[in-house]
Amino acid sequence: MRPLRSSRLHDPHPYPGRLITVEGIDGSGKSTQLSLLRTWLESEGYAVVFSEWNSSPLVKKVTRRGKKKRSLTPMTFSLIHATDFADRTEHQIIPPLKAGSVVLADRYMYTAFARDVARGVERQWVRGLYQFAVRPTLAFYFRVGLDEAMKRLRAARAELKFYEAGADVVVADDLEESFRVFQGRIIAEYESMVDEFGLVVIDASLPVEEQQTRMRQVVAEKLAGAKRTGSKTWVDLASLARASQA
Amino acid sequence: MGRFSFFGQGIPGVEPQDLRGKLIVIEGADGVGRSTQVWLLKQWLETKGHAVLATRMTRSDLAGKGLRQAKKGTTLGRVTMALFYATDFADRLEHEVIPALKAGFIVLTDRYIYTLIARALVRGIDADWLRDAYGFALMPDKVFYLRAEVDDLVTRVLQAGGFDYWESGMDLHLGDDMYDSFVAYQNRMRIQFDHMVDDYGFTLIDARRSIDAVFADLKEQMSALLYAPSAATGDATGRSRPALNGAPVHASMAPRSRQSHLRSKPI
Repeated sequence: MRPLRSSRLHDPHPYPGRLITVEGIDGSGKSTQLSLLRTWLESEGYAVVFSEWNSSPLVKKVTRRGKKKRSLTPMTFSLIHATDFADRTEHQIIPPLKAGSVVLADRYMYTAFARDVARGVERQWVRGLYQFAVRPTLAFYFRVGLDEAMKRLRAARAELKFYEAGADVVVADDLEESFRVFQGRIIAEYESMVDEFGLVVIDASLPVEEQQTRMRQVVAEKLAGAKRTGSKTWVDLASLARASQA
Repeated sequence: MGRFSFFGQGIPGVEPQDLRGKLIVIEGADGVGRSTQVWLLKQWLETKGHAVLATRMTRSDLAGKGLRQAKKGTTLGRVTMALFYATDFADRLEHEVIPALKAGFIVLTDRYIYTLIARALVRGIDADWLRDAYGFALMPDKVFYLRAEVDDLVTRVLQAGGFDYWESGMDLHLGDDMYDSFVAYQNRMRIQFDHMVDDYGFTLIDARRSIDAVFADLKEQMSALLYAPSAATGDATGRSRPALNGAPVHASMAPRSRQSHLRSKPI
């Protein structure tokens, strides 16, 4: 994996596997949708590998430390997430893609492009930083309005976190106001990336089932020739477990 | 004002015109005597009444520990390592160097982006990508490149406690053992540094000489920079250099300074 000068961000990846990513602000329902997609792909016999944003064991502790001490600046916030992404690209994404697996990523480089720019980092610089990234086969964007996202988040959790509210860069009376301003900026960045990177937009205000149906249709078109394990062990175990509970 | 500038796009929220001090970089290989010279310079500058911050460009508060742990393992990829180093550097730059420059300190740094760039280049990372990535770094007033033969380094490194896995480039499998690997790796590093002399306007210091002779040279250079900017060799303002990827404005500077400083010059 070497960063190339040619813009790999816009070239299809050369690997036999498929890379499917989901994007959207917190509360857009993207993780639920990806998890449903995973269940379906596994039941169809595809070898599925899952990679989550900011999860590299090498880097996670550093990020947590920076967040806890609130010592992260827009620049180090951007760089540490790129480090995490590079580690996962090398260990969790490229090897399974080479092996022909379907790799699912909950958040991808577009998260960095949206968040870092919302923090004041230069658009071109952060895109340049991610030149080593593998372009997804499909990148879904779950579009949701700010009011709707706020409502869902308020229902789902007790309090907002400092960095997700952009409180390091937004001047506001409280975290909720800060969150609103910051997430608004992030939405604007996502919207501008729809054309730039060919994101597949899913209307996240639709019922969960409808969104999933649409997602599966789009994914199915890209699966022709993808490797299947031929074994449904995982599904069999799951159905056995369900049967025993019934 | 506006004396300082960034190599590229800069850092959100940092205005170069707010920076008043001087940024002095000591670069060179492992064992070349950088930290000794930084220490001597600091004492000397402080006796002259300057506020000085001496710092090294690794092991930041944020990423230092994580980087150290990561380097103990063998799974650290090359791009990941380059980015981890950049994070570490950025943390130090923003939390240590920039506040000191704002307060008017002379900042002496033991290594800067040049070592980080050279390490990455030796490992096959794309040069343009690196330059762009380090666009947030401040251009120093002066870069002293302490240069010695790899043979000299070997003895000094052995005296100082032996070969380090990474400073010997063991991850690159360049030799059968630490010694072979160290020599091969440091030679490659030196090629990268020698390339940078012109591109970044390094001031070459012959570090094959005694500690005193090198220090005398550095003192002379520093005096010229601090007290008689117009009389200093080459680009004394340190601000006439272009951004990283351009050709040097003072094209004649580097060869001239190389010649004069490689000559043994007891003062």
